[in-house]
Amino acid sequence: MSPTSDSQPILETRGITKRFSGVCALADVDFTVRPGEVHAVIGENGAGKSTLMKILAGVQMPDSGQILMDGEPVVVDSVQTALDLGIVLIHQELNLSDNLDVGANIFLGREPRRFGCIDFARIGKQAQHYLDMVALNVDPATVVNQLTIGRQQMVEIAKALSVNARILIMDEPTSSLSRLEAENLFNVIRQLQNQGVAIIYISHRLGEVKEIADCVSVLRDGENAGSLSRDEIDHDRMVQLMVGRDISQFYARREYVTEEPELVVKDIRTAAWPNHRLSFEVRAGEMLGLAGLVGAGRSEVLRALFGIDPLLGGEIHLRGRKLELRGASDAIQAGLALVPEDRKQQGLILEMGIRENIGLAGLRRHRQGGVFLNRSRERDDANRMLRDLKIKAESDRQLPQYLSGGNQQKVVLGKWLALEPRVLLLDEPTRGVDVGAKQVIYRLMEELTKRGVTILFVSSEMEEVLSMSDRTIVMHEGRIAGELQRHELSEESVMQLATGRSNVPA
Amino acid sequence: MKKNLGILSLLMFVCVVTALLSDGFLSEFNIENLIRRTALFGIISIGAAFVIITGGIDLSIGSVVCLIGCLVPWLLVEQGLSVWWTLPIAFCISLGIGLFHGLLITKLRLQPFVVTLCGLLIYRGITRGFLNDQTSGFRGQFEGVRQLSLGMIPLPGTDVGVPVPWVILIVVAVAAMIFLNLTIYGRYLFALGRNQEAARYSGINTDRMIILGHVICSLLSGLGGLLFVFDVGSAQPVDFGNFYELYAIAAAVLGGCSLRGGEGSIVGVILGTAVMRVLKNSITMIDQIPNKIEFAVIGAVILGGVTIDELLKRLAATRRTASRVKESHSTE
Repeated sequence: MSPTSDSQPILETRGITKRFSGVCALADVDFTVRPGEVHAVIGENGAGKSTLMKILAGVQMPDSGQILMDGEPVVVDSVQTALDLGIVLIHQELNLSDNLDVGANIFLGREPRRFGCIDFARIGKQAQHYLDMVALNVDPATVVNQLTIGRQQMVEIAKALSVNARILIMDEPTSSLSRLEAENLFNVIRQLQNQGVAIIYISHRLGEVKEIADCVSVLRDGENAGSLSRDEIDHDRMVQLMVGRDISQFYARREYVTEEPELVVKDIRTAAWPNHRLSFEVRAGEMLGLAGLVGAGRSEVLRALFGIDPLLGGEIHLRGRKLELRGASDAIQAGLALVPEDRKQQGLILEMGIRENIGLAGLRRHRQGGVFLNRSRERDDANRMLRDLKIKAESDRQLPQYLSGGNQQKVVLGKWLALEPRVLLLDEPTRGVDVGAKQVIYRLMEELTKRGVTILFVSSEMEEVLSMSDRTIVMHEGRIAGELQRHELSEESVMQLATGRSNVPA
Repeated sequence: MKKNLGILSLLMFVCVVTALLSDGFLSEFNIENLIRRTALFGIISIGAAFVIITGGIDLSIGSVVCLIGCLVPWLLVEQGLSVWWTLPIAFCISLGIGLFHGLLITKLRLQPFVVTLCGLLIYRGITRGFLNDQTSGFRGQFEGVRQLSLGMIPLPGTDVGVPVPWVILIVVAVAAMIFLNLTIYGRYLFALGRNQEAARYSGINTDRMIILGHVICSLLSGLGGLLFVFDVGSAQPVDFGNFYELYAIAAAVLGGCSLRGGEGSIVGVILGTAVMRVLKNSITMIDQIPNKIEFAVIGAVILGGVTIDELLKRLAATRRTASRVKESHSTE
C-alpha cells in the first residue's frame, strides 16, 4: 500500500519548541507522518534533527508544543512512554550489547521468564520470528560482535519490531553500511512500510533519500524549512532548502594532474587480504578515489601506506625513493598524512584542546633543543588553521568534543595541513559532516591538488567519488577490480566493479 | 594551579584540625619527621603518576621498594660491596623491572593491572626467599650514605634545616615537571593516556612511551626503596613497603591524576602525598582516634575529598555552560 496524503496522520507535532539554556534548538516545528510512509528528515548538522527525534522518542521533553498520535494529544515524557506508544528510535551508533547474543539483545530488559529464570527456548523462538521479518538469516544464539554492522542493524530493527513499533526513527542508518547492505536495508524498510509501519529516516545522503523517501522535511536552524512530496524530491531542491541558497551542482572542480608519478605502490599485501597483491600509481596533483564496498580492503591500504599496519610484502616508493615504514612517524617524515576513518577514535583526542590536537603530529618536527615543545609555533599553527579552515570554535583552547562533526573533521585536517604534506590520504573525508563543511573540505582538496599535493581518498559516498576523483580505483574483496578514468566514471560503472560483476583488465 | 586549590585546602583543613586537637603536631620534631616522610612517599607517588598518566597502573611499587630496600643493606653489609657498586646494581634492577613490565604490556598486550599485580607477588616472594625472611640492616654502619635520608641541610642564619630527602624530592619533581610540561615526550604521554589510537595515528611511538612510563615508575620505586631503608636503618622482607603502591596511587589520584589516563600534575601529586602523610600522622597524634581504624579514616577522608571535588567540578561545568549561553545571547 502506498500512503496517500489524505490518510489520517499517525503522528503529528504542532509548534514544538525546545531551548537549551536559552539557545533555540527547535522553533515552532510542525511535522506530520502518515502510516506506511517513509518520511525523510534532512538538514545540516545542528539544524535540530536529533533534538526533534529525541523529543519524539521521549529522551527529551519539548518546552512547548503538542504531539498527537492518531489525532489524540499525547505526552511523551520518557523513553518507556514512547515505546508504549510504539515509537522506537534506532541510534546511528547502534545500541546493542555486542557481548550478548542476538536473542538476548532483542529481548534485553523484557526477557520472557519461566519459574523466575530466563526462558531461553521462548527467546529463541520469538527472536527467530522477528529475524524472519527483517530477512536476517542468522541463528538467534549468535553473539552480536560476530555480525557485520549491516546485520547488527537488522538486529536493531528486529528488536524494534518486537516491541510492536508503529513509528521507527532511524538516524543515519546507512552511515556505516556498504552499498549492498544499504540495498538490503531499503528492502526491509519497504516491507515494513507495507505492514503500515511509518519510518522517519534521517540522512545526509541525498541520493538514498531520493530513492527511499515518500516525503522529505527539511530542518534549517531549528525550523521546518519546507517539505517535499514524492514527485518533488530532487537533489537540487533538497540542497536548496537545507542551505537556503541555490546550489546548481554538487561540486564542480578543476583538474591539476601532472605527469610526475608521486606515489608508486608495488605488490603490497595487507593483513586483511594477505593473498592479494596490490599495485597502483598516483601522480602529483592527482586526486585518486578508492571506491568499493565496506570491507573491500580500502582502509587497510591507506593504513599500510601510512605505516600504521605493517606491510606483509611489496614496496612503496615516494618520488622514486623507497619508503621504509616502521610506524606512522616514518610516513609523516616522508611527507605523508592520513585523515583516518574514525574521527573520534583515531583522528582526535577529544579531551585535549584544539591547539594540542592540531600540534600533535608536528611536535617532533618543530621541537626545540632536541626535546622541548615549541609552544609559540603550536599556537600559531592552530590559529592559522582555525582561520584558514573556518573552524567554528570559541578559541583554540576549546575541546574538540564540543564541536560538530564537520568542525571536528576540519581540526583533523588542520593537524595534517599544518605539516604541509606531499601526499594526503583521506579515509571517508566527509562522513557524518554537514553540507556546509563538505563544501569547505572539497574546496580545500581542490586547492591542495592545485598546489601539487597528491590526494588518495577512500569514499563510500558515490556522489563524492563521482565529483571529486580524477581517476578511480575500485576494489572488490581485497583486489583492484578495475580502474576508471574520469570520463568512464558513473554510478553504474563503479557498482559493477565494486560488486565483482565485471572485471576490467588493469 | 587552580586545580590544586582543592587538594591544598584539604591539606590545610587536615592540618588545622590536627593542630587544634593534639599537642604535639606542631612540634619541631614532628614537623621535620612529617616533611621527611612526605618527601620519601612523594618520590614513589610521582612514579605512580607517570604510569597513571599513560592510562596504566603499577601495583608492584611496594614490592620493588621491598626488593631494593632489603637488597641494598644486604649487598653493603653482608657482601661487603662498596656503595659505588651497590647503587648502580639497585638502579639496574629497578630499570630492568620497569622495562620488563613495559615490554609485557606493549609487546604482548597484557594489561598493566595484571602484569604489575604479578610483579607485586613475584618481587616480594623473591626477596623473602632470597633473604630467608631475615631482617636486612645496616647495623650502625654506612652512616655517611644514609645521610641521603637522615641528613639536614641547615638554612644559613637560622637554627632550622631542610631534610635531604626533601631536596631529592624537589629535584625529582622539577625534572618530572619539566619532562611532562615542556618536552614533546611529556605531551606524548598525556596524549596517549587519553587516546592511544589517535596518538599512534599522529606518529607517536606509543609502545616506547608506555615502556618509558613504566621504567620511570620502577626507577623511582627503587630510589624510594633505597631512601626508605636509609631512613629506617633496616628492612624486613615480610612487610617492608607493604601497601606503598596503594599510598602512592591514592596520593596520585588525590592530586588530580585520573585513572582513565591523560591527566595529572606533579604539584598535585606532592600535595596528595602530604595529605596522606598528615592524615596518618594525625591519627597517631590525636588521642581520641584509635589507631586501629587508621585505614578507615584515611579511606573515608580520601573518598570525601574526591566526592567534593567531583561535585565542585560539575557545579563549575554547569556555570560555564550557563555563562556561554549568556554570551551567545549578548552577541546575537
